[in-house]
Amino acid sequence: MAEENLLTDEFLRQLINIGEVDIVVGLSTHNNAKTIGPVIAAIQAGILKCFPRERVAIINADGGSQDDTTELVKNASIDDLRRDHKVYALRTLHSISVRYGRIPDPGMALQTILEGSDLLRAKTCVLISPDSTTIEPDWLQRLARPSYYDNFDLVCPIYRRQKFEGALVRDLLYPMTRSIYGSRIREPYGSEFAVSGRLITDFLGNGIMNQDWGRMGPEISITILALTGKYRVCQSFLGAKQPSSRGHDMVASVRRTVGALFASLDGNFPFWSTVTGSQPVTTMGTATELAQEAARINRKRLLEMFASGVAQLEPVLNSILSPSLLSELRRIAALGVDEFDYPAELWTRTVFEFAASYHKSTINRDHIIQALVPLYRGRSLTFLMENRDGSEQDIETREESLCADFERLKPYLLEIWADRK
Amino acid sequence: MRDIIISELTQAFQQMARDIAHYLPRLIVMLIIALVGWVIAYLLKFLVRSLLRLTKFSKLSENAGATQLLHQAALPSATELVSRFVFWIAWAGFVLLGVSVLGIAGLDEYISRFFFFLPRLFVALVILFFGLVAASFLSRAALLAAVNANFRSSRMLSISVRFIIIIFALSMSFEVVGVAEETMLIAFATVFGAAMFGLAIAFGLGGQDLARKFLEKKLAPHHREDREDELSPL
Repeated sequence: MAEENLLTDEFLRQLINIGEVDIVVGLSTHNNAKTIGPVIAAIQAGILKCFPRERVAIINADGGSQDDTTELVKNASIDDLRRDHKVYALRTLHSISVRYGRIPDPGMALQTILEGSDLLRAKTCVLISPDSTTIEPDWLQRLARPSYYDNFDLVCPIYRRQKFEGALVRDLLYPMTRSIYGSRIREPYGSEFAVSGRLITDFLGNGIMNQDWGRMGPEISITILALTGKYRVCQSFLGAKQPSSRGHDMVASVRRTVGALFASLDGNFPFWSTVTGSQPVTTMGTATELAQEAARINRKRLLEMFASGVAQLEPVLNSILSPSLLSELRRIAALGVDEFDYPAELWTRTVFEFAASYHKSTINRDHIIQALVPLYRGRSLTFLMENRDGSEQDIETREESLCADFERLKPYLLEIWADRK
Repeated sequence: MRDIIISELTQAFQQMARDIAHYLPRLIVMLIIALVGWVIAYLLKFLVRSLLRLTKFSKLSENAGATQLLHQAALPSATELVSRFVFWIAWAGFVLLGVSVLGIAGLDEYISRFFFFLPRLFVALVILFFGLVAASFLSRAALLAAVNANFRSSRMLSISVRFIIIIFALSMSFEVVGVAEETMLIAFATVFGAAMFGLAIAFGLGGQDLARKFLEKKLAPHHREDREDELSPL
């Protein structure tokens, strides 16, 4: 259990009233009244269908909602669902809501839910995003079952996405996490996942939330702790994933995911520096499925943003990248839309040089992360153009090739980690 | 006549001998103070250099853009420059202390003025250094924010931010050391005022369409094209 916690007396009273539970479902909310209803209904239906005998509690950590989010959670009735599904839970379903602050803070929300789960001695805690409008009752089973019955410590999701959605995950987070930590987790930054009680206790006890990477990306830091601590990790196919509202602000998304991943490299160097290659992770359900319907993207504008970024940020990129890589970027920035190509190997070297500069703090670390955004846009354009007419298999093959580049060039990262080139 | 000349010469030589006898010990004391001062200043230089290396001052200086400026001016590194500065200030202080032992009339006042000036010089240099740090950090932050917002004149915005902060830091530093206070204040006010006035006119007259577009973009519902421009990263 965490030595220090920020739980309010009211929240503690609610937890004491519940006693002990088997499973906790956590919801971190902020003005989600529009979407929370169907999400709660799906969670309740999932509980009725899959865990009727288990003691389950829903914990809602709210970051100062001005709408009816908390009331909707607290007043959610399970009776209608019981009638509809003709199944009956043998236990009372508790639903509590706590306001941890007046402004949303994902780290604080996650910590509140995990500490609540820890105090309730839950065997499994399932985190669900309140804006996952495509959630189905089976998601709960797919996330909780591997942890609750098969003793997995972390269950990561696999989503069915639109063709060009989740580009940062595909182009950076997955390949880099895989090459650095040696596990093929497709969604290291899932908005839905399940954690075992054991991993929660260790996560809170290790004080990771007090470290840079824990504060920056609390969700990805759980994944990294699970990978570096040799916990049992698996992934489970959930279903269709709508583009997350978390991803609308590109800089914030990169900061929260890539920033946390880069920051995690410092303290975990003894672990990852010895890892070579990668191992597959136990996967429940279909490994990957892609929705073929692709979002429309303005390619010309993406190229403009990349080229303008490379040109305007030259003094900043000079402090981060090696001269040869920067001149290569300048060369591709001058290409037209149709012949534009940001090759996988060049992208891999770019990411690794950014990681090494982040480690050495060549300039302010947040500035390093922000400087990566225009380059990521360039790589996204190549991803888009390569896969415009590609099948699922083509996309998967290219993804695998990119991951192979990240694994092959890992010695380059180790080399520049200690000594700047 | 001859006796008078001999007597005057004798007196002059005697006076000179007395003066030398009077000043020689003081001169020796001054030289000893200067020598000891040199040793102490050298030790101080060594200490400061080690401290700066320990605290990674060169990185801070690099971040502030000071290293680049020094390199362009063919000057040594910031660490070396600061430690040399400490050496010369300390040694000059000891030399002046030694000179004051000589008891030369009127010199004491200048020496006390010098010692009174030192803290102000130090404060001014600190202000200038942190001004450079702030200028570098904030101009880079402005550049990154502008580039990521797809603002067309990002570099110009960044340079303007840097220029205004450096002028501000310079005017503060000059005010502290008491050099051309009013000139610097007026220069700053003029530059800052002119920049703001220029921006106001440029935006008000030349940028009406831009302002309208900006407000429409902020206040009106997003157009489909805007949504299509970005890949959802997560």
